[in-house]
Amino acid sequence: MCGIVGLYLKNPALEGALGRHLATMLIGMSERGPDSAGIAVYRAPVADGTLKLTLRAADGACDWAALRQAFARHFGEPVTLAVHANHALVTLAAAEELVRAFLSQHAPNAAIVGYGQSIEMYKDMGLPAEIVERFAFRSMGGSHAIGHTRMATESAVTTAHSHPFTAAADMCLVHNGSLSNHNRLRQWLRRKGQAFETDNDTEVAARYFAYRLGEGASLKEAMTAGLKDLDGFFTFAMATRDGFAVLRDGIACKPAVMAESDDWVAMASEYRSLAALPGVDGARVWEPEPEVVYSWSRGEAA
Amino acid sequence: MITVDLAAAPLRDLNRRLHSLPANTNERAWRITNPKGAHNIAVGLTQGIEVTIDGHVGYYCAGMNQRAHVTVNGECGWGIAENMMSGVVRVKGNASQAAGATGHGGLLVIEGDAGARCGISMKGIDIVVGGSVGHMSAFMAQAGHLVVSGDAGPALGDSIYEAVLYVQGRVASLGADCIEKEMTGAHQAALARLLEQAEITADATRFRRYGSARKLYHFHTDHADAY
Repeated sequence: MCGIVGLYLKNPALEGALGRHLATMLIGMSERGPDSAGIAVYRAPVADGTLKLTLRAADGACDWAALRQAFARHFGEPVTLAVHANHALVTLAAAEELVRAFLSQHAPNAAIVGYGQSIEMYKDMGLPAEIVERFAFRSMGGSHAIGHTRMATESAVTTAHSHPFTAAADMCLVHNGSLSNHNRLRQWLRRKGQAFETDNDTEVAARYFAYRLGEGASLKEAMTAGLKDLDGFFTFAMATRDGFAVLRDGIACKPAVMAESDDWVAMASEYRSLAALPGVDGARVWEPEPEVVYSWSRGEAA
Repeated sequence: MITVDLAAAPLRDLNRRLHSLPANTNERAWRITNPKGAHNIAVGLTQGIEVTIDGHVGYYCAGMNQRAHVTVNGECGWGIAENMMSGVVRVKGNASQAAGATGHGGLLVIEGDAGARCGISMKGIDIVVGGSVGHMSAFMAQAGHLVVSGDAGPALGDSIYEAVLYVQGRVASLGADCIEKEMTGAHQAALARLLEQAEITADATRFRRYGSARKLYHFHTDHADAY
């Protein structure tokens, strides 16, 4: 069992409160996922040519100040680095592949959690309320965010196995369910050049969608293709820099509820995570239908 | 009328109070506010009281109900009136999956739509849905009636035993061993009574009846393909 939540703001006036609302939604799903939690938030996009990286000290501590210096020496200033618990948010002017290669050489302990121009990702083991405090989610503004509370069934309880998963710039996925064909799909994706970091089934789905997006598919097209290629139980919420989408498998035994007002679109595993959203009493509340892709892009319903 | 605000009072206290009511209680009318999607509201009631819930409820609301009349002025999560024995449960909005699952008796009315597996394994409950139902509704249904004023999703009545299904709209597909049956005047009269009890406005003559072909009751090698 897991809990997933997503909040996509249509009214920019609410962006300052995104983290506060998402924190409440995430804590609302504690009973569905008490072992780990994580969020991806989209905010403060950096300019083209600049990379925004969320790093995590994978094993024990990381000397972030020294890493910042090393980045500056190798890639040049400006480099910013802000520490959030055992994560660090970095901006620098470099391509993601080069940073990844640099880290594997010089700071193998610093794992890339998320990367792009807008995305920031924070995930760790512990109760959702603890994770919310640890990373000060409530203070984070932004345009949209997704979150996950985990009760592991398919793989180990570690931060690396917790959600969200990213597999491309500014893209991330959260999943409630389990995939039954992830081993074969992982082999197929490896042959397509995708590299994997864990044995987690959701990572396979994330890399599958990233592969489809990389082929030029829209968010909706990528998810629609997933209906054919992904076998198992799932409620997915996926976010890109400008988009947000939700999909359930045909059996639909994993729950989901959605709500939409003039100001926002929200989804959660259960309604109680939506109950505190501003204006929810006047919002349209519905259960997403099986095998129907619900997607939004900045400023329009897709 | 006793009002309990779940924003102020713990749900367990409310359920305990409702469970401890004696048969001759004078506390027969209850209003519950601020449910905010909480699970297990007003489960296990045994007395003929009236409970009105203002707002959306979570899972298993009014589960195992006996005698009580429970009204939800909102939408509800999974398993509304699960395993109901008697009484009436009415949802003014939509219901999620497995509404009325395994219900033995009583009447469940959903004025909006119901999700997948509505009436799964129903054992005598009557369920009247003002809108449509999702896939695999009345799966393994054993007794009772499922009335659908709108459409039914795929695999209606899969592996059904003896429940009676009335659908006014389109049936996406019938499940294994579920067939359309003749709609006689007696069936129309029975359906009209159910609609009247449920206070759902619909013309009983426009519905079609579905039920069990009774071919899966016992294993027969000729039917191996159906399993």
